[in-house]
Amino acid sequence: MSTTPQLEQAEPGEDLGSPGPRSSTSYGRGDRLFSGTALASGLTILVTLAAVFVFLLLKGFPGFSADPDVYGPSASNFWGYVGRLLFGTTLAAIIALVVAVPFSFALALFTSHYAPRRLAAPIAYVIDLLAAVPSVVFGLWGARTLAVTSQPVQRWLDAHLGFLPFFHGPVSATGRTILVAGIVLAIMCIPIITAISREVFKQTPRLHEEAALALGATRWEMVRYAVFPHSRSGMVAAVMLGLGRALGETMAVAMVMSSTPIVTLNLISSTNPATIASNIAANYKAEDNRIQTVLLATGLVLFLFTFLVNFAARYIAGRGERAQR
Amino acid sequence: MSTADLFETTTGSLRRRRAMTDRLVTGVIWAAFAATLVPLVWLLWVVVSKGLPSIDGNLLTHDMVQRLDPTTGKLQAGGGLEHALYGTLLVTLGAVAISVPIGLFTSIYLVEYGGRSRVARTITFLVDVMTGIPSIVAGLFGLALFTLIFGVGTRMGIMGSIALSLLMIPTVVRSAEEMMRLVPNDLREASYALGVPKWRTIVKVVIPTALGGIVTGVMLAISRVIGETAPLLVAVGAAEAVNRNLFDGRMMTLPVFIMTQYGTATPEGYDRAWAGALLLIAIVMVLNLTARLISLIFAPKTGR
Repeated sequence: MSTTPQLEQAEPGEDLGSPGPRSSTSYGRGDRLFSGTALASGLTILVTLAAVFVFLLLKGFPGFSADPDVYGPSASNFWGYVGRLLFGTTLAAIIALVVAVPFSFALALFTSHYAPRRLAAPIAYVIDLLAAVPSVVFGLWGARTLAVTSQPVQRWLDAHLGFLPFFHGPVSATGRTILVAGIVLAIMCIPIITAISREVFKQTPRLHEEAALALGATRWEMVRYAVFPHSRSGMVAAVMLGLGRALGETMAVAMVMSSTPIVTLNLISSTNPATIASNIAANYKAEDNRIQTVLLATGLVLFLFTFLVNFAARYIAGRGERAQR
Repeated sequence: MSTADLFETTTGSLRRRRAMTDRLVTGVIWAAFAATLVPLVWLLWVVVSKGLPSIDGNLLTHDMVQRLDPTTGKLQAGGGLEHALYGTLLVTLGAVAISVPIGLFTSIYLVEYGGRSRVARTITFLVDVMTGIPSIVAGLFGLALFTLIFGVGTRMGIMGSIALSLLMIPTVVRSAEEMMRLVPNDLREASYALGVPKWRTIVKVVIPTALGGIVTGVMLAISRVIGETAPLLVAVGAAEAVNRNLFDGRMMTLPVFIMTQYGTATPEGYDRAWAGALLLIAIVMVLNLTARLISLIFAPKTGR
């Protein structure tokens, strides 16, 4: 379908009904119906988001104060339980960001300023392909391939950097640790952070860049003094959106490591701290209704947590946009 | 070079250092690009090499129900993922049926009616926020919604569809909105000038003009949710037999099939998981490529 026939559709007598005079009421009714439907759909989204919160709260509310034994051996009340899970969630997300952020910014710069122009678009597409790989495939690959391959590396880390709390053994024999889960998460975050920061980098005014180059700046100095200052809020927003993804990702974490709600900084042992999402995926089958409500309650906490992170990200991005105007 | 170095002034060495830094950064950025390709190529290669040998007629036409093998007289699982293919198809279609009308009408509201009103701005903001909902929370929402209505233990395909549509709607809204904003205002005004009511202008002029982009957006949204595991695991559960009814009991879906087969921790299970992963990646890639193709065919014309 090209534009030409569509343009013709707009011409009288084509498909638009009788071009003759009509009463304004029939116009009005159709329009009211249509705009009403449109508004209702928009409001559906509003209602749905509220419903997510309300239903999780309704079904999860008993989970906030269930019997102490429900919270398992490691915690005795809800806040202890969810606190341990939040720790694991944050730890995995931090590992992911530490790995992903430098790569993402480098990649974004590569496609916006460094790559030969003819290569930039295909490369951006290849990076988007990474985003298209389903998380369960990442999980399978992480658990069956990356964990096994990286096990010697983890042994090496233990042997040479064991004095750090992060690599204080004993090393997991399977290699399925939170370190590997974090790296898989990083690979999943890279396309998101890259895509957003690429757009931000590209929006640097051409004049700023050319002015920097004209003053004799090298390409890196141009990036550092013209592109980065202009993009700062966008970069922060990109990282926070990546963080949101890392916080909520379930399968990659649940499949890579077996975990328990504990607090440990040890990244390479076989006892790993669970994340909220992976803990739900691991225990949702439990017959015990009380455990279900606790899981729903932790889901609510995760929802609010990611909501806050995304909210902050959008706010920062929006502030940056406003400041540029 | 070393003799030249002796004569370098301070400015010269400074210039050299700046040039070095520049070249170093360029090298680092190229290296980062190469390093990102490693996991992508590695993953694709592993999935193809491990999945391809296991894909055969038996895999595609059998489910996992245990049946009496007539030759050996033993109970044997079907060893296929037919049920998962049906489940993924139906649950995804259900999600499309829910999210496309809502998403499309919402973007119509945002572009044609909302303007810069408070409601429109709130909806835009919430759509942005919705993009960040963790998929498992969407699954929990489906679960909580239906257990509240039908009681604990309810599992239906439609619960998964609702959970997935929660993840799909923002993508549909954003892309459809963007496409409809690209439709030149001249077209709308030409239509109004002919006395065509607004809603017919939208249906007959705006949507057909933006159709290519909208279809692309919907397909990208499908490719985003078709690989979602966590919400389906929680809301739809797993099954061993083909179930073609979205409103009746558990269904198997391809991502959950990969997950459960991985969970068996047997060589056959791993083989089936890899085969499922290959099929899933193939489906996602085909959807993605078709979407890009459609946008390639349509985009330049609507842009003008």
